Amino acid sequence: MMEHNTLDRWFSCRPGQTGGTGRIALAEVPMLPYPTFAADMRVLLSEKDGTPREGNRCVAYFAVRDAAGGDLIFYALVACDATGEVLAAGHVLDYYQEGFPESLAKDIPAMHVYEREIAELHGVHFTGAPWDKPLRYPYNRHHRDDSIDTYPFYSIDSRELHEVHVGPVHAGIIEPGAFRFLCDGERIVHLEIALGYQHRGVESLVAGTRNRLRQILLGESIAGDTAIGHATAMAGILESGAAFGWQGSELVRCERAVALEMERLAVHIGDTAALCMDIAYQTGHVACEALRTLVINAMQGWCGNRFGKGLVRPFGANHRLTLERAKQIETTLTEVIGRYRTVGRDLLSTPSVLARLEGICPVTRRQALRVGAVGPAARMAGIRRDTRLAYNFYPLAEFEPVVVDAEADGGNGDLLSRLKIRLREAEVSCAMVMAGCKELAGRWFEEYPAPDYGRPLARESLVFSLVEGWRGEICHVALTDAEGEVSAYKVYDPSLHNWMMLALSVRGAQISDFPVSNKSFNLSYCGHDL
Amino acid sequence: MIPFILILASALCVKGVINKTRARLAGRKGCRFFQPLLTVGVLLGKGEIYSTSSTWLTRVAPAVYLASALAAALLLPLGVFPAVVSFDGDFILFAYLLAFGKLALVLAAMESGSSFQGMGSAREVLFSMLVEPCFFLLVGTLAMVTGCGSFSAIFAKFDNMSVNLLMLSLILAYGFLNVALVENGRVPVDDTRTHLELTMVHEAMVLDLSGVDLAFVQMGSWLKLSIWGMLAVNALIPARTTGWPLILWFAAAMTAYGAVIGLIESLMARNRMTKNATYLVTVSAIGLLGFTVAFVLMTSGL
Repeated sequence: MMEHNTLDRWFSCRPGQTGGTGRIALAEVPMLPYPTFAADMRVLLSEKDGTPREGNRCVAYFAVRDAAGGDLIFYALVACDATGEVLAAGHVLDYYQEGFPESLAKDIPAMHVYEREIAELHGVHFTGAPWDKPLRYPYNRHHRDDSIDTYPFYSIDSRELHEVHVGPVHAGIIEPGAFRFLCDGERIVHLEIALGYQHRGVESLVAGTRNRLRQILLGESIAGDTAIGHATAMAGILESGAAFGWQGSELVRCERAVALEMERLAVHIGDTAALCMDIAYQTGHVACEALRTLVINAMQGWCGNRFGKGLVRPFGANHRLTLERAKQIETTLTEVIGRYRTVGRDLLSTPSVLARLEGICPVTRRQALRVGAVGPAARMAGIRRDTRLAYNFYPLAEFEPVVVDAEADGGNGDLLSRLKIRLREAEVSCAMVMAGCKELAGRWFEEYPAPDYGRPLARESLVFSLVEGWRGEICHVALTDAEGEVSAYKVYDPSLHNWMMLALSVRGAQISDFPVSNKSFNLSYCGHDL
Repeated sequence: MIPFILILASALCVKGVINKTRARLAGRKGCRFFQPLLTVGVLLGKGEIYSTSSTWLTRVAPAVYLASALAAALLLPLGVFPAVVSFDGDFILFAYLLAFGKLALVLAAMESGSSFQGMGSAREVLFSMLVEPCFFLLVGTLAMVTGCGSFSAIFAKFDNMSVNLLMLSLILAYGFLNVALVENGRVPVDDTRTHLELTMVHEAMVLDLSGVDLAFVQMGSWLKLSIWGMLAVNALIPARTTGWPLILWFAAAMTAYGAVIGLIESLMARNRMTKNATYLVTVSAIGLLGFTVAFVLMTSGL
């Protein structure tokens, strides 16, 4: 598969056995010379002919400034689904070095987000990088005259094309983001997305406090619709100080799995409703809205919050999924999934709905691979990519991700594929919640661990946590100091990778189809901007 | 005078019927029947905000839009009740009065300098243009069947109680219903309830209007809704009915008109923007169908 020596150079760990979390002592992360590092990344991430590998992807690549010497230390994590490994390595940029390293993003487009972030935060402009467009700020931080108003949108001088600008303030109740369309009449030639208006500095807030409760609360607020996903990822990091398999870990992990699947189910149903609303199909809209309410109300019955805030805590939790609550969830979900199936059948057999979705705003599998799509957005294009598959411990042993196959379904990553993946994943999620409830019922006698906010993290380590949120792979990385406190924290929301999918999906499409495509991806603004 | 009053009265109610139908089909209670009126009442009490690039045109356009709709309403009869104004060829004035109001609104929208308004105007004008043949084919058919040239004379004389013409009457009513859907920006051509600027047609044009201006445009829209409904009702009501039965027929048919629009909006997704052109040609084909049916009936001596 790959040259033997590449594997040998990189530090390998298997987070599959530890619920998606891994810890690597900082001293063990190999620091490679940049040319070697770049060559290894190329081998790891792309085939010999340059196409991206389906099973491997870079999950984190960031730089931190060395407090002592002022050097920039880069860390990269690459997940290999086939072997269930996560490989780690890094390189150092000397403080006095002139010139910048060569860009990886020009050959591996999926790397663009990481390199843009490094350029934005540290001023390292990789040689030959396609475009160091601001990532988490709506303007260039290194240019004092730059502001939101003077943002240099990509433009084409032409008498035939016109520009349409939407945002950053929108009509609906959605988050801020600016979209600039270059249009040829009603046809979109190019869409540029400018985000960053939601930047709150989450990463530095997490690193800036020693209070574990505050940290997990910050984690819950990274993206409002993925409260459980991000909190689970962060809990994995906060628990890294204990030996893996601490008392009660199985129980808590199973509960988190159930919560994650309920979140996925609720959002998928809500997204179906939103899709129906955007194509003005009222019947589907109101039916799904009602179902989503049932699911999130069941969540409220469990933990007191409809979005699952307050549920995930390090080393334990405050709301046990008792037999009674589990029973209630099972009853609700049985009804919900039955009705959702009916809605799905209705949607897929209504000609006016199909006419609105079929073959519209497609993203090909190749495009999805190149931009490094994750989650349902990748699976609907035919990529078998799911963090649950390789790294997470789940109650459903024979879990198999739903992949919409372009050949079998005939949908080339179009709106219909995006609807189908929701309909099918909801089924799987429901089955997993049921399995989880059953598993928990068999553990009712076990002692329930209370949250512990006092324990330090693993000392002087790189700790990472991979979780499949409903939107896709969530990756949190923490660097810890000698006292087991967070010295640097990185968050990678799936939206970070998938925004480019949206831009690609509307290329050549009708501008009136953009809102529907936008809704079909349902990406997070604040999760991207942090 | 009676038809004009009826149009004004139904203009206040059709929107409510549509809303109630939608709400009922969604399993909801829905807003109050006269909520649209209350909303406009609030708007009337507010001031306007104008774009820096707008001129006097923007200020008068809403009034022109409302006035043209009112003037068009004057031209419509109800069965044997004649219209306020009536002369040979008044249906041509009718069509272009409505078009004139639309033109004023389009120009005002272009003035705001926003890309949404430009996009919305382009779409609105395109769709109006495509649906125009249908209107003239339908009215032309009626003129041919009755041998008259004004709305009042046509509908007074149009005898749909014979078996042959009953069929024609249904086709005409269906045709007018479709024209109504297009002209009033209802599903499947447009969605009045959408908040997505990029998918709007009519709503995008009025995005920049506020206060009394917006109230005028909304009132104009209600009027247009019942004006087009009136045409469909005229094609449908049994000939030679007069007095109170005619008014009852009108009330029933107008309610059915609102309910049908509500039904379509509940059970159907809207068209893709590019499919609208095809859809509108199909609507014109209905007009052609009506014309052909009438032509065959007439030449075969009925």
